[in-house]
Amino acid sequence: MAKSYKRPRSLVDRATHYCPGCGHGILHRLVAEVVDELGLREKVISVAPVGCAVVAYNYWDFDSIEAAHGRALAVATGIKRVRPGNVVFTYQGDGDLAAIGTAETIHAANRGENLTVIFVNNAVYGMTGGQMAPTTILDQKTATTPRGRSVKDEGYPLKILEMLALLDGVAHAERTMLISPKEVLNTRRAIKEAFVNQVAGKGFSIVEVLSMCPTYAGKSPADAMRWVGEDLAKTFQPGRLK
Amino acid sequence: MSASITVLMSGNEAIAEGALRAGLKFYAGYPITPQNELTAYMAEHVPLVGGVFLQSESEVAAISMVYGASAAGARAMTTSSSPGISLKQEGLSYIAAAQTPVVVANVMRAGPGLGNIWPAQSDYFQATKGGGHGDYRMIVLAPSTVQESLDLTKEAFDLADRYRIAVMILSDGMLGQMMEGVTLPADREPPAPVAKPWALTGAAGRGQNIVRSLFMERDGVEKHNLMLQRKYRRIATNETRLEAYRMADARAAIVAYGTMARIGRSVVDAMRGRGVKVGLLRPITLWPFPAKEIARFSRKTRRLLVVEMSYGQMVEDVRLAVDKKAVVHFYGRAGGGIPTHRQVERELTRFLVRKK
Repeated sequence: MAKSYKRPRSLVDRATHYCPGCGHGILHRLVAEVVDELGLREKVISVAPVGCAVVAYNYWDFDSIEAAHGRALAVATGIKRVRPGNVVFTYQGDGDLAAIGTAETIHAANRGENLTVIFVNNAVYGMTGGQMAPTTILDQKTATTPRGRSVKDEGYPLKILEMLALLDGVAHAERTMLISPKEVLNTRRAIKEAFVNQVAGKGFSIVEVLSMCPTYAGKSPADAMRWVGEDLAKTFQPGRLK
Repeated sequence: MSASITVLMSGNEAIAEGALRAGLKFYAGYPITPQNELTAYMAEHVPLVGGVFLQSESEVAAISMVYGASAAGARAMTTSSSPGISLKQEGLSYIAAAQTPVVVANVMRAGPGLGNIWPAQSDYFQATKGGGHGDYRMIVLAPSTVQESLDLTKEAFDLADRYRIAVMILSDGMLGQMMEGVTLPADREPPAPVAKPWALTGAAGRGQNIVRSLFMERDGVEKHNLMLQRKYRRIATNETRLEAYRMADARAAIVAYGTMARIGRSVVDAMRGRGVKVGLLRPITLWPFPAKEIARFSRKTRRLLVVEMSYGQMVEDVRLAVDKKAVVHFYGRAGGGIPTHRQVERELTRFLVRKK
């Protein structure tokens, strides 16, 4: 019998450094599948963020660069502008894209840079030990909001995707989840569309993926997944914004 | 080779023209005085040579864009003035670690803080000692004429590619705004392409290329640093430059760079005209600093007057170079004031008659 479920050519066969139940593994695979499906492995250049996914290039077998924290979209702009024939994407966490890199994000989007953005929102800073993210939801406890995030002290979770959808330079803005096979497939479809948009020269495409960080949610992988679907998705509603 | 022409241009425009003649393909910048003519010149001319001009949202973004463009194999540049250069330090540290060749110009103004828009040389420490985090170096070139602003910028791209390093052109508001005649070939002839097998071009017919500064293996960063240090030593051996002017029989010498070296030169000429044996030592590379060369001159010329538009930065390198075997005196002003011919001559005259 032929093997129908195989490792994508763009995905490297190695042990993962991610925690059990982390969403990055699923997402790395989806990106690799889409890159292969569209025949882009020899054209793609990825920009890795600062955060748990900084070594994403250890899992992907294509050209990659590390950006400073928050600068991924500035770096991607430089690459894409001098190599318009390549396909350039950033893979960024919530702190990277929506806190320290807010200016780079908004301006790259507003310029309509022909780029693809995979935005991983797990509502927490993972690599540094579970601090508050710009997308941490109200009452969520983190290392720096030990009594839970409050409007009075920390303000509201930042809905940057909604902000970006207002910009004329943005071609595609969509929020998806990884909490079930159905949602995973939907995420794959959105990512594929975001890459296809770039190949077609349509401009800035961003897919925000609500993801799980069981370690800093203090939950089992299954409970962390439920939390994303039931709590995180209440503040950040999945769906296509643009 | 096309015929030469001589045109009048400002130091800022000369930096831009030098970059264009080096085959610049990507420029990102953010407005700041006193270097705005440079960015405007780029906006006008970069698209004409098939390159990309981008006004960035910040200095922080500009240097990261340049890092990306350079990693993708293009000759790339950003320019600014002191407060903006402070913002670029993050990117410069990453560029040093990832070894992408870039050229940056700092048209220095007075600081600290917002200071003012007048010329200064107060960013010497920042340029030559690091500025960003980590053990790294940039090649720092200090032009003192408009012609040299063009020539050194053009050459900076070759140095950057040869050593995969950031090269900084350290100009100042005076030199940037000043207009002089510049002689150059009539046409912009594109330079020979440089092979960059490490660049990000898509992994077609080869393995994956990664441009990075993170090394998680236990001794990874130390090994990487040792490799960088070997490179820096190689640069120090090969690329150190100093101009010695009327030094053969000099009893005392002015040590100055950039705009201050122009004033130093006219002081030397005036005093030589009256039979006073003085000379000028002008570092052209501030890093690598011409320490050995200055030490050699100081064995004969025992008095060195370091003059800067700062409160004493390069003087520290001169003192280290001569290692107490010569007398080093300092005179400087900063905050918009430029030491005048008269003031420098007075300092040198007093220095000559002073007991050691």
